[in-house]
Amino acid sequence: MCRRPFLALLIALVAPMPAAAQRPPAIAAAASLRYALDEASAAFTRETGKPLRISYAASGNLVQQIRNGAPYQLFLSADEDHVLKLADEGRTLDRGKLYAVGRLALVASISSALKVDPQLAGLRKGLADGSVKKLAIANPETAPYGTRAREALIHANLWKQAQPHLVTAENIGQAFQFATTGGADGGFVSLSLVRSPGFTGRYAIVPESWHKPLVQRMALVKGAGPTARAFHDWLLSPRGQAVLAHYGYGPPPRCPPSC
Amino acid sequence: MDWEALALSLRLGLFTVLLLMPPAILLGRWLAVTRWRLKPLIEALVILPLVLPPTVLGFYLLAAMGPNSPIGRAWESLFGAGIVFSFPGILVASIIVNIPFAVQPAQRAFEAVGTDLRHAAATCGLSPLAAFRAIELPLAAPGILTGAVLAFAHTLGEFGVVLMVGGAIPGETRTLALSIYDRVQALDNAAAASMAALLLAISLAAVALTFALTRRRPHVGT
Repeated sequence: MCRRPFLALLIALVAPMPAAAQRPPAIAAAASLRYALDEASAAFTRETGKPLRISYAASGNLVQQIRNGAPYQLFLSADEDHVLKLADEGRTLDRGKLYAVGRLALVASISSALKVDPQLAGLRKGLADGSVKKLAIANPETAPYGTRAREALIHANLWKQAQPHLVTAENIGQAFQFATTGGADGGFVSLSLVRSPGFTGRYAIVPESWHKPLVQRMALVKGAGPTARAFHDWLLSPRGQAVLAHYGYGPPPRCPPSC
Repeated sequence: MDWEALALSLRLGLFTVLLLMPPAILLGRWLAVTRWRLKPLIEALVILPLVLPPTVLGFYLLAAMGPNSPIGRAWESLFGAGIVFSFPGILVASIIVNIPFAVQPAQRAFEAVGTDLRHAAATCGLSPLAAFRAIELPLAAPGILTGAVLAFAHTLGEFGVVLMVGGAIPGETRTLALSIYDRVQALDNAAAASMAALLLAISLAAVALTFALTRRRPHVGT
C-alpha cells in the first residue's frame, strides 16, 4: 500500500526530464562573461522564445571539459588560444569568430585601504608599506584574465613584490568575489564583471599596452544545433554587440575574412 | 532558489538510493556472515570512497569513463552521447561515493541478527532465502533504512566529484551544492543563503532520522 505514493514520487521526479535533444542547448562561457552573457541570453530568449543553458568557468577548464566530451554546443573563451586549441583538435565546426575585446581592471572594495589607479601607483605603495596583504587574481594557468594580470604586474615591475601576496582564484568570477567581499585587499578582474549591477567598490582600468590584448574568440562545437547557431550569430549582430559594449567590451578588431 | 538544481539533486539522490541499496544490502549481508580471509580487504574497499579525496575519485572516474576509455566509447556508441558531463555520469559517481554509507549500516544490522537466530531458523526448516526474507531482512530494516537515508542526504551534499565529472551544466549536472558555489561566485548571496539553509535543514533531518531509526531497533533474542 505504501508503495504507491513512492511510485508517484518517482514518476514525478523522472517525468520532467525531457529528452536531451529537446532541452535548451548547453553553452560554455568564460567566467568573465557572467553578467554580460546572462543579459544577452535573456534578451535573445525574449526575442526568439528559445532558452539557453550557460555554464561559467575558467576558459581552460571549459576546454578540458569539452575534450572530455561535455555536451556544450557553443564555447565563448576569454582569449583566442583556447578556442584555436580546440579547433586544431577538430572539435569545433571552424576556427570560430572574434566577438569582443576585454579589458583588465584593478578593483578594491569600499572598505579596502588599497588606492586603485590605472598606473598601479597605489598598489605599488600598498605592497611596499605592507597595507596590501592579499591580492586576488585568477589562476594564470587556466584563466586568460589571470594570465593578463600576471603580464600587467610583470610590465609594472611589481610581479616579484606581489607574488607572496597573491590569492589565486579558480576563475575570474571567484577572484572578483575575493576582491569585492573583503577577503582580499583588491584584485585583478575583467571590466565586464566590474560593470555588473551589484558592484559597489572602486576600480581602475589597466592600460591596454601593459598586457597582450584580450581578444576573445568563440566557436560552435561539432554537433551544434540551430538555437546555439542562432545565438552565435545574434551575439555578432548590433543588438548582441550593444549588450557586450554595455559591459565594457570593445568591438572585435577588423581583420581579413579568415577570422 | 534554483528549483532546477533542487529537482536535479532530489532526482540524483533518489536514483542513487534505488540503484545502490539492493547490491548494498546483499554485500552487507555477505560481509556480516563470511569468514573469507580476504574479508578485511573487501571491507577496506567499501570504506575507501569515504577516505579518498573527492579529486582522486573524480580523476579516476574521468579516466575510466572519458571519451577515450572503453566504457566511454561503449556508452557513446549505445546512447550517442558521452557519459561524463551528463546525468548518468554523475549518477555513477554518486553511487560509488555512497557505497560506504549504504553498506556499512547494513552490514552492522545483519551482524546484530546473530548466528543463533540464523541457526534457529534453519532448525525450523526455513531455507536460507526464506529466513533472509522473513527474519533477517525485517530485523535489519532499521540499519538498511539508515544507510539509505545517509546515502540520500550525502548525495545532496556531494560537491567535488560531481563538479569534476559533471561540470555544472544547468539542468543536467548542476546540483544544489554546485548551484550554491555558482551563486556565491555571482555575488548572489541571497540565493546562496536560501539554498544553504535548505541543505542544512535536509542534512539535520536526515541525521536525526537515522538516530531515531537506530534507537528503535527491535530487541532480539531472550
